[in-house]
This record gives sequence, C-alpha cells and structure tokens, in this order.
Amino acid sequence: MSARLEVVDLSVGFRTRRGIVQALTQVSVSVAPGERLLVVGESGSGKTVLAHALLALLPHNVDISGAIRLGDQALLELSPAELRRTRARRMALIPQSPASALNSVRRLGGQLVEAARARGLSEADARRRLRELLAELDLDLDAVGGRYVHQLSGGMQQRIVNAMALVGEPDIVIADEPTSGLDSDLVDTTAAQLRAISARGASLLVITHDLRLAERLGGRLALLYASRIVELGPTAAFFQAPSHPYGRELLRALPEREGKSIPGMSPQLTALPSHCAFADRCPDRFDRCGEAIPDLYPDPGGALARCFLHAAG
Amino acid sequence: MLRAEAITKTYRAAGGRLAAVDRASLVLERGARLGLAGASGAGKSTLAQVLALLLAPDSGSVTIDGDRVGAWGVRCRRELRHRVQLVFQAPRMAVDPRLRLGDAILEPLAASCLLPAGAGARRALLEGWALRVGLTSDLLERYPHEVSEGQLQRACLARALVVRPRYLICDELSSMLDVSTQAALLETIAAIQAEQALGVLLITHDRVLAGTWCEATIDISALSAASERDDAAATVRERPWNIRRFRSRGTFRSA
Repeated sequence: MSARLEVVDLSVGFRTRRGIVQALTQVSVSVAPGERLLVVGESGSGKTVLAHALLALLPHNVDISGAIRLGDQALLELSPAELRRTRARRMALIPQSPASALNSVRRLGGQLVEAARARGLSEADARRRLRELLAELDLDLDAVGGRYVHQLSGGMQQRIVNAMALVGEPDIVIADEPTSGLDSDLVDTTAAQLRAISARGASLLVITHDLRLAERLGGRLALLYASRIVELGPTAAFFQAPSHPYGRELLRALPEREGKSIPGMSPQLTALPSHCAFADRCPDRFDRCGEAIPDLYPDPGGALARCFLHAAG
Repeated sequence: MLRAEAITKTYRAAGGRLAAVDRASLVLERGARLGLAGASGAGKSTLAQVLALLLAPDSGSVTIDGDRVGAWGVRCRRELRHRVQLVFQAPRMAVDPRLRLGDAILEPLAASCLLPAGAGARRALLEGWALRVGLTSDLLERYPHEVSEGQLQRACLARALVVRPRYLICDELSSMLDVSTQAALLETIAAIQAEQALGVLLITHDRVLAGTWCEATIDISALSAASERDDAAATVRERPWNIRRFRSRGTFRSA
C-alpha cells in the first residue's frame, strides 16, 4: 500500500498584477516509503507552495507544469473527483498550528472520527484505529474525545493532529512548519513523533525553516533558494559540510555557530535573474556565476549542489 | 536603570487566580543586553508588558532611571511610557494593515502629538529611521501585506525607536524568522543599541540565541522563589485541563 512520491520538473507560477511570481522552478524530488525528506528554505523560497502543489491546494491563478506521481497515479492529470478521493485516502497533512487547524467549537472525538471516515474507514473501524493510535501516543480516545481543543496543552494538540494524519495509513504525510512557535522541549517531542511516522512506512515530507528541527530529523534534505533546489543530499552531510555556498552561509547564521547574516537580499520572484540567483550575495562568486544558471552537480560527499564550484572542468 | 521589584501578576482562572508572574525582580542597565529565557506559559510576555508599562501588576514596583511608576497604561504619563518600548512577536498582528509602513513607523509620534511640523521634516525623520533599521525608502510606501515578515519586523523596530526609548524589550521578535533574517535583525539592533546606549531585554525561548547574543541571560523560573511556584501549581492541580499547568510544568499526561 505504500507508494513512492515523485515530483518531476515541477514549476509553479502565480499570475498577479505585478507579473508572474515564479514560486517553483523545475523542482524534482522523490520520497520513498519510510523515508524523510526535509524541504528547507527561507520564507518566500517556495517551500510551502511545494506542499500546496502536492495537495492540490493552489489557487486558480496558477500556472503549473511538470509531474507529480504517487505510485502509479499522476496527480496533476486526475479529475477533480479522483483527486479529492486520492487526497482523502492516500495523503495527510500535519498543519502548521494544531490549535487553529482543529475546530475550536466541536469536541475532538467527532473531529477525529470524521477525519478517519474520510479515509474510508467504517465508524467502528475508525474508532478502533483511533483508539490504537492515540494509545501509542499516550492519549485515551474516550478521555480526549469529549474535550475541546483549548482544553489540551500544545503537546497534546500536536499528538491529536498526528493521530488524525496517521489514521487510515496514508501513503504520504506532509508536515508544514510543524514546530513554529513551539518550545525547545516540544520541538524534541515533535521530532521524535515525526521520526516515528516515517518508521511506520509512510513517506514523510517536512517543510520547515527550523534548521535545528531539520538536524534532529535526519533523512534527506532539499534546500530551496529563489524557487529552485540548490542543494539536495543527506541531512547529516548538509550539517557537516554543506556543498552550496548558500547552505554554508545559512548555517553560519545560526546563533550557536557565528550568528552572521548573509549580506543582501534574495531576489524578487517576479524578476528572477537568468544567472545563479545567489551570485549577488555569494562570497565565492566568479565570472561564470553571472552568466548562466548552474545545473545540479554532484559533490564529493554524494550531495547535489546547484553551483559551478562543483561543475567538472 | 530599569528596575522591577517583586512584580506579581495574577489572572483569573477557573476556580481561582493563577500567578503568571510571581514576585519577579530584575534590573536592566542602559547599554546592556539582557536575555530572558523560559518555556511558553512561564510568564515572560506578562512580565514584558508590565515592564513596558502596558499592564498593571497586582503588586510590586517598577522604577525607571529613579522615577517610580505609579500608574500603568494610558494613565501613566507619556514621557515615562516612552522610555520603555516593546517590539512584539508577530509583526503582522502588531501593525494596522491599512497603514503604509512609513505611516506605521510615525504612528507613535502622531499619537503623542510629537510629529515634526512640515512634510520635509517628517520625511527626513522617517528616512533616517528607515536607514538605521535597514529598510529601503521604496518599502515605506508599501502596505504590511506587501513586504516580508523580516522587513515588517524592521518597521516595528523603527516604530518602537521613534519615541527615543532608553530601554527596548524584544518579545520573541525573531522566533518566526529564518536564521539569516534573524541574524541580520539582531545585528541591526546591536548597532542601534551601541549607538544610543539602549538597554535591551531580549525575551526568547531559544536559550542558545539568548546565550550568544546577550551579555547575561536569566531564566524566568529563577526570578521568583521556587517553593512559591510549587504552591501556585498545586492549587491548579485538581483541574487537569488547565493549559497553563501542562505548559509550565512541561509534562504531558493523558487524563
């Protein structure tokens, strides 16, 4: 039942009054069952658009090209009805803020069962599965089911949305900024739960700007900058020695490293340059960087980096 | 020197009152960078609002450069309130979405009838602050939804600084920014702080950040006597769904 998620040459542009906002350019990634892929980048780099594209939640003013495949299904070619069905049965989203994603005026039990029924479970199966899942997360369906969301702590709310995402065994789980605004002890708990999710066999895609969470999660990491993937490789290798200058400068900005900001600003998405987008801020810039957009070149550590430094010859 | 002594602030909660801040004392010197760390729900933001003279404590005193604060909020005289300014956590919620950035920055002066006369003088003042906080002048014409979170937080910083405070309290100002933006903003604050001998209180749950950026860091739980806190927690123990109890004790138990 587990299937591989494959994104091939995905480009997304928004038609706006200020012109085309190019949010993603030729992004190709894949996530195998049981694998964790972390999509990391600053705000405006396109990472949330990627999550929304996978879930077909993009607005109407969007131009989208490329392919998204979940197992043998090509998601961009499905009819709206098929898409809704696939999304309900096979995909799950762990939302950014559990407190606002859950309905605040309904008891949690009803919401949990409703989510499970949408995955195609019968009422009895839904309750049984939820009971098991919540028990694994140290919660009791009967106890929390009668509560409202504001009556639970942040950690318990997080576990509720995790259970909601896992019920019915989705093929892919997408977590969008799962730790924004959480304390460091809650970040640890969330990281452990996310690892447990992928250990169950689901493909896990985590969208985050929290580098410390990324380091704890491991797996593979895709670094986005100005709508393109600039580095793709094992997370551990990235934190040891990033191959792209942007990755290196980003890690230097962490307070525990040097706390040094990257000079300049990332380019406007309405006017992306026709050369390396990071060239203007890059300390390693040389002539070629101002002439063309680099491909993803393999570096000695096994990662791919969109940088001419790694181009052969 | 900004001195707070034995500040206690309680809120009404189901079945009693809940001490958000319990007899906390701290001293912030001009030109110093002090960190205040602690888990969410530990009372950091309540203390920040008391220090910024926005929220009256139940008991305790605040003294600013020798002047003892007698009233909080609008009842406090303006000159005293201007000495301590606060930058809030979420810039999108801290500014009026209908104001252009430039107008938002000057709003505190306008509200206090302190705007310089003449469009030229106002423009010069505005551009001076924009330059200091690292905003380009074209951004001053934009609305909050047209700029990034980091740029908006810079405008909020300028907005706090226009009234020439002596002390600046930053309440989780960078927790929603990415690391490079956070580093850039803190570099800006450090430069202004040195230039104007500002006393900065950086409130954050990121102990690593507090430890590296500040000269000293205090933990909110260490501000008040531990035995008292246990008693306060004990009074809410019978109400298992009390959010504060779960957060402040850091334990999550299924009921």
